[in-house]
Amino acid sequence: MIEMLKYPFMVNALTVGVLIAICCALLGVVLVLKRYSMIGDGLSHVGFGALSIAAVLNLNSPIWFSLPIVMIAAFFLLRITESSRINSDAAIGVISSSALAIGVFAASINGTNINLQQYMFGSILSVGETDIAVSIVISVFVILMFILFYNKIFAITFDENFSKATGINTKLYNLAISLLTAVTIVIGMRMLGTLLISAMIIFPALTSMRLCKRFLTVIITSVMVSVFCVVAGLYTSFEVNDIPVGATIVILNLILFLIFSLISIVMRKLKK
Amino acid sequence: MNLLNVEKLKLGYDGKTVVKDLSFSVNQGDFVAIVGENGSGKTTLIKGILGLIQRTDGKITFSDDLTKSHIGYLSQQPPFSKDFPASVREIVMSGFGGAGFFGFGYKKTQKEIARKVMDKVGISDLAGKNFSELSGGQQQRVLLCRAMCATDKLLLLDEPTSALDPVITSEFYSLVSMLNREGVSVIMVSHDVNTAVKIASHILHLGSDTYFFGTTHEYMHSDMGKRLLISDCPCDACKHRVKGENKDD
Repeated sequence: MIEMLKYPFMVNALTVGVLIAICCALLGVVLVLKRYSMIGDGLSHVGFGALSIAAVLNLNSPIWFSLPIVMIAAFFLLRITESSRINSDAAIGVISSSALAIGVFAASINGTNINLQQYMFGSILSVGETDIAVSIVISVFVILMFILFYNKIFAITFDENFSKATGINTKLYNLAISLLTAVTIVIGMRMLGTLLISAMIIFPALTSMRLCKRFLTVIITSVMVSVFCVVAGLYTSFEVNDIPVGATIVILNLILFLIFSLISIVMRKLKK
Repeated sequence: MNLLNVEKLKLGYDGKTVVKDLSFSVNQGDFVAIVGENGSGKTTLIKGILGLIQRTDGKITFSDDLTKSHIGYLSQQPPFSKDFPASVREIVMSGFGGAGFFGFGYKKTQKEIARKVMDKVGISDLAGKNFSELSGGQQQRVLLCRAMCATDKLLLLDEPTSALDPVITSEFYSLVSMLNREGVSVIMVSHDVNTAVKIASHILHLGSDTYFFGTTHEYMHSDMGKRLLISDCPCDACKHRVKGENKDD
């Protein structure tokens, strides 16, 4: 473990990884319970498209190009999900695959040196100074929001109409959640890849909900699960050669989910 | 004291008008039951009063000491996911969510109110339980407590018993009646006219192009009321009328 910290790129990856893990876990609980998980998936695909276009345009820092695009996408995906007139599953599915197609199309244009593999499945080597700065800022925002407005976030997540009726600005909270998710995803997908970042949002919440029956404990357990998987994943891929870090983290998440499910089943059986 | 005034209200969604030219008022201590056929705009009206949908015309005015955050709302169907991880206490306390206090904790006074309300509704022993493991009737009681944390003035209930069995339903109605007798004004949508006339002080009957608003007694004598009610009004005047009709037989 200490060996791993001797390499600056591993320290960078660990810093960004842990901060993003915390953000993903916190935002994920709200997104999963509000049935907005598809937004996270959609945003990661839009992020892929944006990064590819940034590469084609030969931009120096693709992050500053893809961040605004994904944030705008987050705004529209939220509107689609909130609207009762549009079939939101289908709409998000169409947007996801279109963004993915645009990304692949852009990547195949001659003269670009996009490593498709790296975008799809991530790489710890791509973590740079900008990622560290942005992930520190975003995690401060997310953590502060959850501490200062915990009661309101609970009320809105549990019952949006009631909260609206009692005077909470639910639209503002939803927008804040989806914009923060957009930034988290853009940073996180560089390390974990487009295809795996949505797992970081969904898995910790689902895993902790197997055993925890209170909102507060679900949030705290999700953060612990999420951080554990990232640290253990980075460590494993550092120790064992040629293991992709993104996939390792997702598999660890899956294993924890299965363990938690098993314990929950056993506990229910024992109660009877 | 006048709590709520609705004047020439027009409501609708997706470009369709559902409620139009509707005027009525609610005074402190009133129990207004909103009845009417499916699609007559009962739920739309509740959402309009709550500000969940924008009115297209008319006016809704609240009394000065009744701001929006002082209305307790109980909806027809629980909108949250079935396995939502939350304890009963967490949900009851979330009624204070709009009351302007932020941070992790609630104020002592708020905790006290929540405890009293849960006592009154009879769910104190469930406080630590997981909400999703409760029965439908217990869940509605918890949500009633949450609504009462949000208000001590006006409860808006939208068919709160539509998912409950008859026994639990009548228990729930007597609970609401009790709260009303203690001074909370109630506006309740109900599909059950016969129960509504038993517990409400006023009836608002929404028809497809007309409506009735008045006291329950006036309603029982109105044409709209007579059409829907199974039993006859027990008042003296009506008994005479029934007897008179019997003579004709």
